[in-house]
Formats: sequence, structure tokens, C-alpha cells
Amino acid sequence: MKILAFDTSNTAMSVAVVDGQQLLAEKTVNVRKNHSIQLMPTIDLLLQDAKWTPQMLERIVVAEGPGSYTGLRIAATTAKTLAWTLGIDLVGVSSLQVLAQNAAMLEGQWICPLFDARRGNFYTGLYRINMDGQAVVIEPDTHIALVEWLDYLAHQDKTIYFVGEDAWKIKDTIKKHLADRAYFSKAILQTPDAWQLSQLGACKEVTDIHTFVPQYLKLAEAEANWLARHTLQEGESLVDTY
Amino acid sequence: MKILAIESSCDETSAAVIEDGCRQLSNVVASQIKSHKRFGGVVPEIASRHHVEFITLVIEEALQRAQCTLKEIDAVAVTEGPGLVGALLIGVSAAKAIAYAAGLPLIPVNHIAGHIYAANLNDTLEFPLLALVVSGGHTELVYMKESGSYEIIGETRDDAVGEAYDKIGRVIGVPYPGGKHIDEMAHHGKDRYNFPRAMIKEDHYDFSFSGLKSAFINKVHNAQQRDEVLDSNDLAASFQAAAVDVLIDKTIRAAKEYPVKQVVLAGGVAANSALRNELAKAVEHELPNVRLIVPPLSLTGDNAAMIGAAAYIAYTRGERAELDLNAKPGLSL
Ligand SMILES: [Zn+2]
Repeated sequence: MKILAFDTSNTAMSVAVVDGQQLLAEKTVNVRKNHSIQLMPTIDLLLQDAKWTPQMLERIVVAEGPGSYTGLRIAATTAKTLAWTLGIDLVGVSSLQVLAQNAAMLEGQWICPLFDARRGNFYTGLYRINMDGQAVVIEPDTHIALVEWLDYLAHQDKTIYFVGEDAWKIKDTIKKHLADRAYFSKAILQTPDAWQLSQLGACKEVTDIHTFVPQYLKLAEAEANWLARHTLQEGESLVDTY
Repeated sequence: MKILAIESSCDETSAAVIEDGCRQLSNVVASQIKSHKRFGGVVPEIASRHHVEFITLVIEEALQRAQCTLKEIDAVAVTEGPGLVGALLIGVSAAKAIAYAAGLPLIPVNHIAGHIYAANLNDTLEFPLLALVVSGGHTELVYMKESGSYEIIGETRDDAVGEAYDKIGRVIGVPYPGGKHIDEMAHHGKDRYNFPRAMIKEDHYDFSFSGLKSAFINKVHNAQQRDEVLDSNDLAASFQAAAVDVLIDKTIRAAKEYPVKQVVLAGGVAANSALRNELAKAVEHELPNVRLIVPPLSLTGDNAAMIGAAAYIAYTRGERAELDLNAKPGLSL
């Protein structure tokens, strides 16, 4: 299966062109740059490197979140519109799972990817590397206060591998809660890798293109405030098409 | 030539198919007004989320209603700015993806140019012309010497006129967006409060609406403190008269100074009945050789048809964007 995979959920942008399990071309940029400016030119460049036309693609795999809202929307919109235009499959994969998959060699181990969501909150989840070297979900992705999450992890009688640049930044706090049961990945494993993303997406169920949206894991603040005081009627649409 | 146009600069997700810049084959709009009504104004993060939900749906619907496939499309056009950056990015990302995957040229369009060229869909623009662009985000007088050339000769120094309508609407207590309600109430009231006509005597073409807005709010607050009840219809009529007077005075003066054949009224506030009627009267009395063009109501708000109309001119002038096209929230004409 000919796959184009990309992730712009956070600072890094990673794009890969993959044939089955065979990586043909990949580019990862891990300096703060504008994803809107660099994503499409990178896709074009890598497809040229692979000597493919867009029409040869069979599947788009995109990191669907959580992460930076703008980065998620650029990736999701580009992915769904490419898939729609080309008439091919679209698959969304958790951005946290992509990071966890970096630890694929640690069979049987528990992996905890982390993204800073600010104000003491993090996007995180808990994964285990199965016998096929796949990161599978133990605890679904969530938006949670760091203290609460570390408290939960401390009560699991397990060694936990933390992945992600943001995990490295709060190393001391994590050690305070988990002491010597916390391990940290090497720098190279802290950046999302679109080849890993393509492999997760290759065996995942296809999603509906039109209704595909990022997994923000958090309501917009105004929406949360409104929902605290109102309920949306079932079937009520907030957008009218004419 | 058929252009697929996309617009997502504020709170409408829209796609249209336009032939030769003047024939509208389809124009689909997914309006988020109901959603933002909950908050009394457009919330940018929520607008961006809705755009992702609807973007491919409106594009597919636009092609279906135009009874054509992507194979019959010659170019893709998109609003690159001005507008809300997160909202613009959805249209820009989608347009780039289609242009790339379908191998089509990509045309970047300025949203304000779009509003002006909306008039070309039901009428024919003749140059030189003067356009008054009025909306929730803009109040501009644009002189166009020829097709595709834009010179801003006057603009607001603070609030856009539509913004002022929405703000005083909140004070009077009408739902967002306030413009339509104020317009209706004004018909049943009288201009008795003599609100200021800012900068009306000054010899430039800039506008200011924050003074008018403050005068309005003060009037209402002072009355409340004295337990005095003001007639809401009179308040609406007084506000509307002050706003419309300035807009018309400056437009007529500019049209006398610049040698124009047409005056074009454009943008969301062009739906305002007082502005339409008063401007028509003023042009008839004071500019005997000038024709006023007002787009139909369906084309005054944000829509992709107008972007397709402006894109055609940009296309003939050789304007193209590459795959690194970015949203430009502060883009000027
Ligand atoms: Zn507009």
C-alpha cells in the first residue's frame, strides 16, 4: 500500500512516503517553523524523491491530535482535502501514539508520551508495546492536571518509559512521584516520526473524510463555559448550509 | 474558464464555481451565525473548528450544484487575507491540497477585492470606479482606476461600521449580529438624539465610529441612572442616521473628486436598507453621470462566489500562488 503520512501536531513536522513497510522518503524538521508554509512543499518534494505522482497514493495517514490546535488543523485539513481530491483512504492516528511507537523495541514495556498543554495540564496516555512491536492503548489519551496523572501512574506497580520533549522538561517532577520507576527516552526518540505513523495507520480502520476533525481533547474555552450553563438539543445544528 | 473558489476568512465556510468571472454556477455557504450567537460575537477558535468540519462538504456540494467535476475546473482560488488567521488557514490548506492533487493553478485573492467584485456577478463593473466596502471588519473607500488596481483613499481609524452596529446592538439588547435588528428598529423611530457625525467636515476620506458608539452608550447609561426610559426605536434611528450620513457624505465627496463612472456598495453592511436607499438618492441627485451598483442581498455577506469573481481578474493578470501560500490576516489591498 502506497502511503503518505504526516504529523504537524507540535513544533516538529514529519512527513514520510512509504510503500508497505518500505520507507522511500522522509523529512523531519524540529525547529519552530510555520507548518502552513512548509507542509505542502515538503509533500511535493518527497513524492518527487519517491518518483511518485499524487495519483499513485492509496492512503493518507495523519496525526490527528492532541497537540497545538493550529498545527492539528493544518494537518487535518490538508489530509482530508488530499484524500477527498484523490478519492483515497484517510486514517487518523493519535499524535501521542506516534510518540509511544518510537519505543517499539521495548516489548512488554509501558510507555507514557506527554505534551505540555500549559497551566499545569498535559495531554497524555498510557501505551504498552505488544509482541508485534506496536504501541497499544492501556489508558486512552486525555487532557489532565500533571499532578493528578503522576499520582495515578505512581499507583501502578510498573516501570514507565516517558517519551517526548515535554516529558524531558519535567523530568524532576516525574522523578519526585515515581522515583526509580521512571525512565526517559533518548533525544532521538522524542520527536515524532512519520514512518512510525504510517505503520500505525496502515493497519487502522479507514475514517470518513467529510466528518474527520482533529482530536483536540479539550473544548474551546467559550464552548466549555456555554455548555456549563446550557445543553445542546439533540440534532440541533449550529451551522446552516444554504 | 471555470474557477473553484474557497472562502473561510471569518465565520462562513464557502465554496463556489464561477465561470469567466461573471457567471455563478454554484455558491454554497455554511454559516456559523447560530453558533457564535451563543457568545454574542465570533469566537475565533470556534470558527476555526467549524471550518474544518465543513470544508470538504461545501466544496463537494459546490461542484455538485454546478454539475461539474474537478476535471472540468481550470483553477482553484482562495481568500488569503485579511481575516482571522486560524479561519483563513483552513481555506488556504484545502485550496493548496486540491491545486496540488488535481494539478491546477492556485490563485490567491484579497477578501476586500472579493467584496467589490461580487458586483460583477449580477452587473458589469466599469472603470474607473469608487467602492464603499462596509462590513463587521471593514470600512473602506477604494478607488479603482482599472480592473485589478486598488487604491484605498479612506478607511476607518478605529471600529468598522458593522462592528459598531454589533456593539450598540448588545447595549440595546438585540441578538448578535445586531445590524439587521437595528436597521429594522430604525424604521419605526426618529433621529432625535443628534449623535456626532465624526470627521464629516474634515477634508480626508477616513472614518471613525468609536465616538458615535461611545455617545450612544453614554446616552443609554445616563438615562438609566435617571430612571428615564428612552425609545429603543429612536435610539436605533439616531445611531443609523449618524452612521449612514458620514458614509454617504464621504462617498459622494470622493466620487466628485475622482473621475469615476460607477459607485459600488459592497460588504455585509451593504444589506442595510437605509444605506442602500439613502446612497441611491444621493448618487441620483449629486452625481448625475455616475451609476450606483449594489449587489443582491445574497452576495453582500461573505461568500466564495465573490472570491471566484475577483480571482478571474487576478488570473488574467497572471497572479499565482505556490504551495507555500500562507494565511495573511492583516493583508491590505
Ligand atoms: Zn467580508
